[in-house]
Amino acid sequence: MSKLVGLFSGAVSGGRGRRVGLYVVLYALAILAALALSALLVVLATDASPWSVFKAMYDGSLRDGAAFGLSLDEATPLLVVALGTILATRCGIINIGQEGQLIIGATFATWVALEFPGGGFPAIAATMLVAALGGALWAGIAAVLRFTRKVDVVISTLLMNFIAAEVVSFAVNRAYLLRETSVGGQLTVPQSDRIPENTRLPRIGHFPDFNVSTGVFLAIVLTAVIAVVVVRTRWGFRLRMLGMNPMAAASAGVSVAAVGATALILSGAFAGVAGGVMLTGTAFRLQPGFSQSVGYDGLLVALIARGSPIACVPVAFFFGVLRAGGGFLASTGVPRYLVNIVQSLLVLAALFPPVFLGLRERRKQLARARAAARMSDASVDTELVPA
Amino acid sequence: MNDLTTILSSAMRLTAPLAFAGAGEQVAERSGTLNISIEAMMLAGAFFGLLGTSIFGNVAVGFVVGAAAGLAVAVIHANFSHRLNANTFVVGLTLNVLLLGLTSFLDETIDMTPHQAGVIRIPVLRSIPVIGEPLFVNRWPMYLLVVVLPLSYWLVQRTRWGLEVRASGEDPQAADVTGIDVNKRRRQSLYYCGLLAGLGGAYLAIAEVGTFNQNMTAGRGFLVNSAVIFGGWTLKGTMGGCFLFGAADALRLALPALGYTITPQLLIMAPYLLAILAMLFFASRNRKPAALAVAFERGIT
Repeated sequence: MSKLVGLFSGAVSGGRGRRVGLYVVLYALAILAALALSALLVVLATDASPWSVFKAMYDGSLRDGAAFGLSLDEATPLLVVALGTILATRCGIINIGQEGQLIIGATFATWVALEFPGGGFPAIAATMLVAALGGALWAGIAAVLRFTRKVDVVISTLLMNFIAAEVVSFAVNRAYLLRETSVGGQLTVPQSDRIPENTRLPRIGHFPDFNVSTGVFLAIVLTAVIAVVVVRTRWGFRLRMLGMNPMAAASAGVSVAAVGATALILSGAFAGVAGGVMLTGTAFRLQPGFSQSVGYDGLLVALIARGSPIACVPVAFFFGVLRAGGGFLASTGVPRYLVNIVQSLLVLAALFPPVFLGLRERRKQLARARAAARMSDASVDTELVPA
Repeated sequence: MNDLTTILSSAMRLTAPLAFAGAGEQVAERSGTLNISIEAMMLAGAFFGLLGTSIFGNVAVGFVVGAAAGLAVAVIHANFSHRLNANTFVVGLTLNVLLLGLTSFLDETIDMTPHQAGVIRIPVLRSIPVIGEPLFVNRWPMYLLVVVLPLSYWLVQRTRWGLEVRASGEDPQAADVTGIDVNKRRRQSLYYCGLLAGLGGAYLAIAEVGTFNQNMTAGRGFLVNSAVIFGGWTLKGTMGGCFLFGAADALRLALPALGYTITPQLLIMAPYLLAILAMLFFASRNRKPAALAVAFERGIT
């Protein structure tokens, strides 16, 4: 028996270096394959060279301070959405309604930013709080449906995304709601007024140099808070218990409905805050299509980071880089849609190594378990034979 | 009366793409996959369907190419989420972005000639008042539904394969113990869904519109998800949902022309609202497959 344990630990410790090496190789191969496929598409379908395309994306996202700041600005709301999502996924709730929660949060925020007297810090704080409230409200509907009528969260949050889009479209189409005010009888389009200068998040730095919205600091603070909450607090522990085994959690005295609903509503609040950050940091006005898939991408960030708040930071930054770089593609004459292709191929590539190695590891364990079972069967037999 | 016939005809045309994809998605959901990449499958079917038609000059070939494109998306989705056990929502969302990007990108770089399928006018029956024209004067691919719908029903309800699919969606552990390869059944039903969603997309492009527009499915994939939910995961209910949503779309287009003022947003959100309400009020009748959207991984024993 001890020999068997020794064999196991030997396999684990000796295999670690090799496994890390395998990870690196697999990641490199998968990402290379994704880039090669994208390059092939550029060569086959356009006149531009793949090199010029990648250079344009690099120029737009990382080359100088201004570009770097742009990437950070793009990454900020993604990170905020992802942090909220982690609270839900940790306790086993799959919220895929961030897109809707974000845009409802932004709608509430627009209203406050336009109406709040004075401006300055109180206005911005109020805007963010109300944005959180909006997102929480939208997720709250799903929570109520789940914990009173057992309506599946995945389904209700998915459907509420499309309802949210129409609610916003309705609001910016009505003069008595958020549609922009006509100046001197000019025609208006379905969008809100621009929010006043003094309700926008301040920026650090000026254009030709590095400059970034202060929203990024909010995102970093939130990351730290969530990282501590999920690992170091009693509530975070309850979340994890609930996610791992709801029945065990319930019998240990965790209120499934209270903890689950709070997590879902908080994840909505975070999506709402992300909407507030986009409004006050970069967009400044509400339009249909305001969210630009930040909700869906933020969800992707959280799922790729596999529930770790810290891992969300690099993943969100990576998505931000792609988003910022995509804006520069137009200069090369390549349709900007290429960035969608590159992004999704890279996501699939990033997905591949962990799941592939996980599968391999499981197969090995299975083989080992079977071998052990065979061995113990055999030993039972030999013991039985003399008797 | 004439207006009603016009609206019904338009509703049929708007229902058909949903009906193809809905018949497939209903099978996929019964096996336990909440497939959110229908949008990608339909877009693939629409673009490559038109591309095939444009290359071979034949609408029927275009439909085959479109179905194959939908299947290709399904193969990626199925193998990532039901072989490698990657999160199905990550894969689905990513595929939606990928196909939206790919089809829009290729649309800007490839020139395609517009093509449209011919109209079949069924004699005698077409002169039935009100419903004659909507049902019996249509572009020929509409009548593929006459084969597809009974086939889908038969597959799920009357074959051993269908029984295994339903078992995989209801209780994968139990199914596994009886020797059913759960993930294989889930992959196969996703392939079927891909084929049909591809057909639905192709219908949109080469039967009705004749050209491809960027993002031409415009959320119809999610509408199909709603229809399956609204229909309580039965084929009959799903088709009812598809027709209801197609009719809502037809009304949205027709009412302003007939001089009624409506709130377009209300009609656009109606399908999603109805799907939620259906889950709220018919929860006991509309029971979802117990293991819907729950990944299955065999234990180590």
